Amino acid sequence: MYQFNYKKVETVQEAVNELNANPESKILAGGMTLIPTMKQRLASPEQLIDIRNIKELNFIKEESNNIIIGSTTNHFTVSSSDLIKEKIPSLSMLAEGIGDPHVRNMGTIGGAISNNDPTADYPAACLGLGAKIKTSKRELTADDFFISLFETALEEDEIVISISFPIIKSSFYMKFPNPASRYAMAGVFISKNNSDVRVAVTGASENGVFRWNEMEESLSNNWSKSSVESIKLSSEGIMSDIHGSSEYRANLANIMAIRAFEGINE
Amino acid sequence: MSLVELEINGNKVSQDVEERQLLVHFIRDDLNLTGTHVGCDTSQCGACVVHVDGKAVKSCSMLAVQANNSKITTIEGLADGENLHPVQEAFRENHGLQCGFCTPGMIMAAVDIINRNSILDEKTVREELEGNLCRCTGYQNIVKSIIAASEKM
Repeated sequence: MYQFNYKKVETVQEAVNELNANPESKILAGGMTLIPTMKQRLASPEQLIDIRNIKELNFIKEESNNIIIGSTTNHFTVSSSDLIKEKIPSLSMLAEGIGDPHVRNMGTIGGAISNNDPTADYPAACLGLGAKIKTSKRELTADDFFISLFETALEEDEIVISISFPIIKSSFYMKFPNPASRYAMAGVFISKNNSDVRVAVTGASENGVFRWNEMEESLSNNWSKSSVESIKLSSEGIMSDIHGSSEYRANLANIMAIRAFEGINE
Repeated sequence: MSLVELEINGNKVSQDVEERQLLVHFIRDDLNLTGTHVGCDTSQCGACVVHVDGKAVKSCSMLAVQANNSKITTIEGLADGENLHPVQEAFRENHGLQCGFCTPGMIMAAVDIINRNSILDEKTVREELEGNLCRCTGYQNIVKSIIAASEKM
């Protein structure tokens, strides 16, 4: 790992000031992606701004039919929250499936979505539930937040404050985890809010998480298993690597969609 | 360099460290607590698991400076003098180790698993061991050891 400066901050304003003062800085939240990346010398920021101790970013609350989660809340806290288990069980299940227990004790929801790894789980929940993301500058819909592979709408001096998930009980997430990393080989999040159906896919596309429009339409027209089965994801633009071909991944997404649908209707 | 002050196995430590130093290297090289192992160095194997403020973490994926002001427990801090911790005792009784390299991480993970789960069955233990690898593949007895320890704790 290359040398860097380290700055622990106590407030959001302090973090933003540091980002402005040194544009070659990176925000360190849980560090479960950033530190391994720096160890491999794939990243070499001049300064790390450690936001893990900003108290105002670590919370879970319910507010006008939404569950709002502060950005430095770790995966274990989300998966074990009684409030989330009761209101959006699909979200606690998703958090419980990230990495392993030791990683879940450190990794944060804000870090996961800001990194926008194309195989990460949380981006699927954000898109699949229609979450709103509050940053130090503005509020963005999940649709506007996730741009492409490891790319978000966040500006250089902007950090995520919280994520607001609408309470939609009829929702489910199913992924086929890579047996080594537990990252999604393909993961599908489905939610149904009256007639509004959202379907998000992670782990599959070369451009990162996306909404599966054909599947949404099919399920909006007719909420049935046959509707899910009638839609097949094209393998065009789907990732292909040592873990699986694009055809294999596209088929996995089809299967995960069926299982997620069944999960909602159980 | 940054000053790190923390408590490890009940002892207070105050030392300057390089910002890029990993917690595991601080523990092993600076504090000479070599029970915590570096296995894969890529956050997969869990040989480096220690408890930071009561939570199991992979010390190869955390900076020493991040652990400033924390309370750390390593494998050396579990036993009470000559009396082994119930999990250590259970690993001995149930032949829960072969070469022993993964054992410190397995035991630190096991203590965390038992602390978080009032009732432990085999399926739960196997799922909870997701982040710990045993290259001897001695999982049968590791799982047996953890269940046996949970019944005594």
